[in-house]
Amino acid sequence: MSDMRAKVRGYIIENFLFGQGNDLQDNTSFLEQGILDSTGVLELVTFLEETFSVKIEADETLPENLDSIDSICAFLERKRKAAA
Amino acid sequence: MCGIAGIVEQAGDLAGREGLLRSMLGMIRHRGPDQFGMFLDDHAALGNARLSIIDLGGGQQPIANEDGSLWVVFNGEIFNYIELRKELEAKGHIFATHSDTEVILHAFEEDGPQCLNRFNGQFAIAIWDVRKKSLFLGRDRLGVRPVFYVQQPGRLLFGSEIKALFADPRVERVIDPVGLEQVFTFWGALAPRTIFRGVQELPPGHYLTLERGQVTVAPYWTIQFSGQAAADTGRGEHDYVEQFRQLLIDATQIRLRADVPVGAYLSGGLDSSTIAAIIKRYTPNKLTTFSIAFNDSNYDESEFQRTMARHLGTDHQVVQATHAEIGRVFPDVIWHTEAPVMRTSPAPMFLLSRLVHQSGYKVVLTGEGADEFFCGYDIFKEAKVRRFWARRPDSVWRPQLIERLYQDIGRLSQSKGAFLTAFFKDRLTDLDCPWYSHLIRWRNNRRACRFFSADAKATMLASADDHLRSIPLPKEFSKWNTLERDQYWEISVFLSQYLLSSQGDRVAMAHSVEGRYPFLDYRVVEFANRLPARMKLRVLRDKHIVREVAKDWLPAEITHRPKRPYRAPIQRSFFGVEGADYVAEVLSERAVREAGLFEPAAVAQFVRRLSDGRPVGETDEMALAGILSTQLLHAQFVKAFSCDRPIDETDDVKVCRG
Repeated sequence: MSDMRAKVRGYIIENFLFGQGNDLQDNTSFLEQGILDSTGVLELVTFLEETFSVKIEADETLPENLDSIDSICAFLERKRKAAA
Repeated sequence: MCGIAGIVEQAGDLAGREGLLRSMLGMIRHRGPDQFGMFLDDHAALGNARLSIIDLGGGQQPIANEDGSLWVVFNGEIFNYIELRKELEAKGHIFATHSDTEVILHAFEEDGPQCLNRFNGQFAIAIWDVRKKSLFLGRDRLGVRPVFYVQQPGRLLFGSEIKALFADPRVERVIDPVGLEQVFTFWGALAPRTIFRGVQELPPGHYLTLERGQVTVAPYWTIQFSGQAAADTGRGEHDYVEQFRQLLIDATQIRLRADVPVGAYLSGGLDSSTIAAIIKRYTPNKLTTFSIAFNDSNYDESEFQRTMARHLGTDHQVVQATHAEIGRVFPDVIWHTEAPVMRTSPAPMFLLSRLVHQSGYKVVLTGEGADEFFCGYDIFKEAKVRRFWARRPDSVWRPQLIERLYQDIGRLSQSKGAFLTAFFKDRLTDLDCPWYSHLIRWRNNRRACRFFSADAKATMLASADDHLRSIPLPKEFSKWNTLERDQYWEISVFLSQYLLSSQGDRVAMAHSVEGRYPFLDYRVVEFANRLPARMKLRVLRDKHIVREVAKDWLPAEITHRPKRPYRAPIQRSFFGVEGADYVAEVLSERAVREAGLFEPAAVAQFVRRLSDGRPVGETDEMALAGILSTQLLHAQFVKAFSCDRPIDETDDVKVCRG
């Protein structure tokens, strides 16, 4: 779980904040803070699918699931439990 | 067309002032390489670099009035000078030349600063009153021609370009972080602010007077709309279309007044095609048209340009804008824009003006202005859809109208509708916000501010709103309809502060080319601003009245073409191409740290990401253009500023002494 969180966090900081991640809290909204643009959402989904071997459906690509580190981790956990 | 520069001082010696003026004119030689002129007396030095277009033999500046009490230098054109001259002669004014420059002086004698309201043109004017020892500067209504100034104790310097002011080592060259943030938000600094601290721009539609050490800046013309109720008089569509047709033909015809051949730009879109068609139909001129073709098919419109050129039977010239070429010329482009740019689109315009110059032309007509005054841009549709959606914020299908507007997010909308909705839902119901239409765009633009250094962030404001709140809205703003309000921002912020400068005057004048814009004729503008919204944006059909007028002149495929924004590639022009070797140096940690405006580690990581070849998103492309152009600006203007050759005895210089 903490490994997953670290990976997601690292990816967001590396790719969208270019290393400037000091202010990023786990519950910071990507939309509100302008961290993601429309292309960013597609990149994020690709990253999650490749890194965590999950398939994210179109109807799951929602701000509720993907708008913060917290929401992403919770979403991935739900996906795992459902698959188990 | 030309460039102007000048110095007004309470003290200081005449020889020093003359030397400085020669250096200042040397910096803007590209604007007017044909002839130079200077006026010098005990307090003032006014200069002009001339691109000869009207009265080739007799128009050399400076020019004085009958008794030598007023002296003028001038950049631009007064298109209705023939009519004005007749009126002034009838009132007893005596003319010594056939130039439009002289008309300015006599009109000023007659009406003072308000004479500017009588000029149909594009201009920056400086008049020195020898007796009163006062300076007058005037600028055209929409800011087609630039003029900047610096005030210091006991002196004022002005010039068509900032680099002329920097010819004086006493003028500091420092990038203003607030100006930088404004460019990163709005694409241009908000006049009178510029990107350089202490350097001011005379805002469009304003004049400046300097008398007894006192500077006053005031408007003589402001953008007015009539509001929905007043505008919709129920007149028939046919009346509007016919009135507009006659007006646009006349606006085009008076812009062909020149003693040199006049060409036209052809983008492949509706607006420039319409202007080219009018020239072809209503004048005997043989027409040469000029176009940009991109080797990157995402941006190329040459198929439509060829269609139009064939249709009109013009002599058609094309410049190929390759990725490598855009990357290669970009530093020169920034030397001319004197401001950061968030896109590379000025670069192909720079290549185009070079082609025009090499083809022996000095003047081109273009379609600039139609998108602002007749509502061609997607942002007007976006605002309309958002307002419609805001009445039912939970509607599922209303936001889907947004998808129809943007091709690049079309891909996103197929599977990611919820995110798309979230992007455009921001402040959806904030309908009272005066700049409601631009909230999404300015928020997106500001993503690039993430790269600012801690120092630059220290002065940063929280949002675009904070920059605008301190600027008073036009008095009548609340009476305008929503479309008119949306247009106001596009005209006052985007058109004047970016499009006509970085993508207009500056890159055309880099190669001594003067652009002329029939859609920006003030009569066309005032007509457009009285139109009911349905004649501009009809449901989601843009530029309705322009299409109605143009359909008789253009092939149907051009008339019905959806508006396509003019853009140029960014990432691929700087990474993975030959010729852009300077990029690594300009964006190096050392150079970024030295400039102090961006966070070196963040830029370094961004560069690594850009170098791996995977395409980045649109807002990151803007960040790249913004950071790179700012770094180039720092390198060329702040760190090392090199003065060009002052004008000297090898130049054709007219010197007048008071």
